[in-house]
Amino acid sequence: MKEALKLTSPFSEAAARSLKAGDRVLFTGVIWTGRDAAHKRLVALLDEGKPLPVELRDQLIYFVGPCPAPPGHPIGSAGPTTSGRMDAYSPRLIADCGLRGMIGKGNRSAAVIDAMKQYGAIYFAATGGAGALIARCIRKCEIIAFPDLGPEAIHRLEVENFPLVVAIDSLGNNLYH
Amino acid sequence: MKAIRVIEFERIASAVADLCGKAACDLPPDVLAGLRNSGETEQSELGRDFFRQYLENARIAASDRMPLCQDTGFAVYFVELGDQVRLDRGTIYEAIEEGTRRGYKDHYLRKSIVSDPLFDRRNTFDNTPAVIHLTLVEGESVKILLAPKGGGSENMSAVKMLKPSDGRRGVVDFVVETVRNAGGNPCPPTVVGVGIGGTFEKAAYLAKHALLRPLGSPNPDPRYAELEAEILQKINATGVGPQGLGGDITSLAVHIEFHPCHLASMPVALNLNCHAARHAEVTL
Repeated sequence: MKEALKLTSPFSEAAARSLKAGDRVLFTGVIWTGRDAAHKRLVALLDEGKPLPVELRDQLIYFVGPCPAPPGHPIGSAGPTTSGRMDAYSPRLIADCGLRGMIGKGNRSAAVIDAMKQYGAIYFAATGGAGALIARCIRKCEIIAFPDLGPEAIHRLEVENFPLVVAIDSLGNNLYH
Repeated sequence: MKAIRVIEFERIASAVADLCGKAACDLPPDVLAGLRNSGETEQSELGRDFFRQYLENARIAASDRMPLCQDTGFAVYFVELGDQVRLDRGTIYEAIEEGTRRGYKDHYLRKSIVSDPLFDRRNTFDNTPAVIHLTLVEGESVKILLAPKGGGSENMSAVKMLKPSDGRRGVVDFVVETVRNAGGNPCPPTVVGVGIGGTFEKAAYLAKHALLRPLGSPNPDPRYAELEAEILQKINATGVGPQGLGGDITSLAVHIEFHPCHLASMPVALNLNCHAARHAEVTL
């Protein structure tokens, strides 16, 4: 099997466009968490013409709602959630905010893939059901916005060698097919 | 007159709290064995890498007391309550809810329940209410089994009211197509629980209950055991594979439970569980 590529943040369009479906990646750097409730609020802010609590240009959003951190750990179990629930919001974040990539599990809609192709974004699969293993890759975690959403709040994560697979690339090649 | 045995409310609540932590962090031995066996037959390199990650994840979860999956689920209990058992105060339902509240807090589990499904989806912040399936049995003990259920696999489950004339073929097609369409969403390789017969809601209950059988043990009725094997073979021929990214192992096992049904009906329910097929039990 081809060796995993090492990638870091921020994540340029050229870097995103160089990845191919099936590539394995070890990602190091900063990523942002968000699930449906946080996405809904981000898009509502865009609709109102208000600034977002986080700059998404050339950044990655990880679809995760982690467990609370046990003593001595920066975060609890933190595997990916089903990405399809964010399909209604992702194209907007890619087109209007320059979001460069998403990390989750499961297939994406045609609208998301079209936006990825047009703007040069990437979709990574993290390993669903491996939340304890992924937690070990997370060095630091802090809540940035929407703390009232509990596990669905937006967190800033610093990760090291987070194992990912390019599930859908910026040409629309799709491992789920 | 049968003798009455009194069990303290506190003892049940405390045992349930322990179960919450155990179920979240300790992958049961039958599931570990199933992952090891299936991982050896997976031909896709990427797929084999996922199996390695699942086993490593289980090792880390047990040693760090870190939940196997961040979705520590809806707390679903199957309780067999002996008819000679009484509590010193409160009800068995209250004792289990109290244990759930404590267990999800004390073991740092995610609180995943919202108070209202449609209008105001506000987190209850203690993971209650639980779902409690209570059965009254003979005896003076109480057996409590917890099977925390994640949203990803639950969302891909389905019930269909087939016609009796749809027969065996109808059941096979419905189950295989539902699993194929679920793709990577339920975190394959999945465990597939199937309920056939009963009523609309009974079939769904059977499908969930079927998930509790030791992984891969066949139905005692050879006709249903053969059907389980056929469905598993067809599911794994879809190529969905681990995480839905292609491979030979889409499901680890198919478990069927059946029940008498109305002469006009043939309900079939399918409940999916992810590869982290969690369950833990205690008898008091």
